[in-house]
Amino acid sequence: MSFYSPVITNAAEVARSESLHLFRYVEDPDQYKVETFEKHGGYEAWKKVVTSMKPDQVIAEVKNSGLRGRGGAGFPTGMKWGFVPKDSPKARYLICNADESEPGTCKDRVIMERDPHAVIEGMAIGAFAIGCHRMFIYIRGEFGHCIERMEGAVKEAYTRGHLGKNVYGSGYDLDMVVHSGGGAYICGEETALLNSLEGEKGLSRIRPPFPAIAGLYASPTIVNNVETLAAVPHIINRGADWYKTMGTEKSAGSKIFSLSGHVKRPGNYEVPLGFSLKTLIYDEKYGAGIRDGKKLKAVIPGGASTPFLTPDMVDVGLDYESLQSVGSMLGSGAIIVLDEDTCIVWTIMKLIHFFRHESCGKCTPCREGTGWLEQLVTRIEHGEGRPGDIDKIDDLCGNILGRTICPLGDAAVMPIQSAIKLFRDEWQYHIDHKKCPCPNNHEFK
Amino acid sequence: MILTEESVKAIKERLKQYPQRKSVILPALTIAYRQVGHLSDEIYQEISRVTKVPYVEIAEAATFYTMFPKEPRGKYLIQVCHNISCALLGADSLIGYLEEKLGIKKGETTPDNLFTLISVECLGSCATAPMMQINYDFYENLTREKVDAILEELKAKA
Ligand SMILES: Cc1cc2nc3c(=O)[nH]c(=O)nc-3n(C[C@H](O)[C@H](O)[C@H](O)COP(=O)(O)O)c2cc1C
Ligand code: SF4
Ligand code: FES
Repeated sequence: MSFYSPVITNAAEVARSESLHLFRYVEDPDQYKVETFEKHGGYEAWKKVVTSMKPDQVIAEVKNSGLRGRGGAGFPTGMKWGFVPKDSPKARYLICNADESEPGTCKDRVIMERDPHAVIEGMAIGAFAIGCHRMFIYIRGEFGHCIERMEGAVKEAYTRGHLGKNVYGSGYDLDMVVHSGGGAYICGEETALLNSLEGEKGLSRIRPPFPAIAGLYASPTIVNNVETLAAVPHIINRGADWYKTMGTEKSAGSKIFSLSGHVKRPGNYEVPLGFSLKTLIYDEKYGAGIRDGKKLKAVIPGGASTPFLTPDMVDVGLDYESLQSVGSMLGSGAIIVLDEDTCIVWTIMKLIHFFRHESCGKCTPCREGTGWLEQLVTRIEHGEGRPGDIDKIDDLCGNILGRTICPLGDAAVMPIQSAIKLFRDEWQYHIDHKKCPCPNNHEFK
Repeated sequence: MILTEESVKAIKERLKQYPQRKSVILPALTIAYRQVGHLSDEIYQEISRVTKVPYVEIAEAATFYTMFPKEPRGKYLIQVCHNISCALLGADSLIGYLEEKLGIKKGETTPDNLFTLISVECLGSCATAPMMQINYDFYENLTREKVDAILEELKAKA
């Protein structure tokens, strides 16, 4: 056991690049220390912001950069910050969402473990932009080491004067609290996160009101993902125009993709948005192709909640619009690769189990529907499916989609709908022959 | 008192960080769990006395989260991720291997109270699958050989 995740990154390539930035120092074993972070230019953006900029200027810069949320929904970050009412007499809050738990996603953990000050600096800038003086990071409780690391970094940041009263003599006070969750995926959904942070069960809230108007303690609140915030200092240092040199017109900047499943080199890779999915899977620098000489069967491109792609669809850019144009989503950037031996029904069985387990139970379609779906899918995979089961599943999905309080319901059904659309024959085979036709030999070595 | 002086002090420190008292519930439960290894009504009562948050509110929140179990577990809680990225690389057979080695079924504790084996949802180690978490430590890119070594080491330490 070591403190660091042994995950492969492309830090060396990022360090050579003119523009990639998030992973530049993640292989430096001292980067987590404040002195090293400062030596690498850390906290300069925060100093510039708090001593010489106005909140509106910060928001404008981030808006112009085209940065979009990396937590899954891709909402423009600067625009979101702009929703916080300027004249509210209430306290405002900035919360960094570090509840990372969507199957396939393992990027935020690496940033927090190895470059925790980058997260603090990004949060500080966001806090200043919305007039927040007490910011929170909500880290999933299972990440004991990340929590420790982040707490250590916060202490250092206070000692060096990056946080606390009258930061750098600017007159601005900023405190930071590291909060840990209790083990519930739904708490990554921002309104459930707010309830959880308030000491309640992690149930999603009905919107409106949106958190920017009435969030934590009914005060204006902004929730942003770890990776989103970690990009902000670079935008301040190098400017919105620089940021836009990476990516596509509507998907600016770079993004970390977590590549998992049946590739030879699973890992976390930072590439510009719009980067070719095919290259990421097959190039020696990244995934290096499918392991054991097998062929590709399907890809889930954006985390467990996104629709499947078949091999003929992987020649696609990794950006919000391109993935949408082939019927899927960028999501959290978690690319899950399935080889030819893998059964699609089995895969769905694994996915729906997760969503059923994590449903908060507040709305009936999601609570009941995910349970029925799990039962039906499991019985088909086990060769006990009945004629009509596939249509039943499809109907159930239709009855959940768009009818729930939070997007978890949609997240549960979107991969299922696409799996039926793209692989209907395979589902039917299970029912007709009362067995699974795939080797599914997922042996641990 | 079940909670030690140190835990009580830690909870009081956390209380200062929040504009509203109730927010301390999860941190307090975490501190108690780390000390005791499980939770109980008595512990909720003690947290309530320390934080002045009503007992029912603490009990209600605690039941929602998976990390605050009431039943005692073995000294080492082995949590194997069974979600998709890990399953693709053999999580099910990893669980089978552990069951065989420990002589227990998933969900059970060894008679010497050393190991409890459970399977859990994604732990953010998908690109280093298969993986397990033992108490707070992550063990990734697992192989049979590694699992053997890890169990030996823990047994030796116990
Ligand atoms: C069920 C569910 C789980 C989510 N989990 C996370 C998470 O773990 N981390 C995260 O940043 N966003 C998560 N989100 C998205 C958040 O609700 C929110 O959109 C995001 O934190 C906003 O940050 P961003 O704009 O920087 O992406 C989740 C959403 C849903 C519906
Ligand atoms: S969709 Fe599911 S997780 Fe979301 S609020 Fe409804 S029951 Fe809860
Ligand atoms: S799927 Fe196992 S750690 Fe993410």
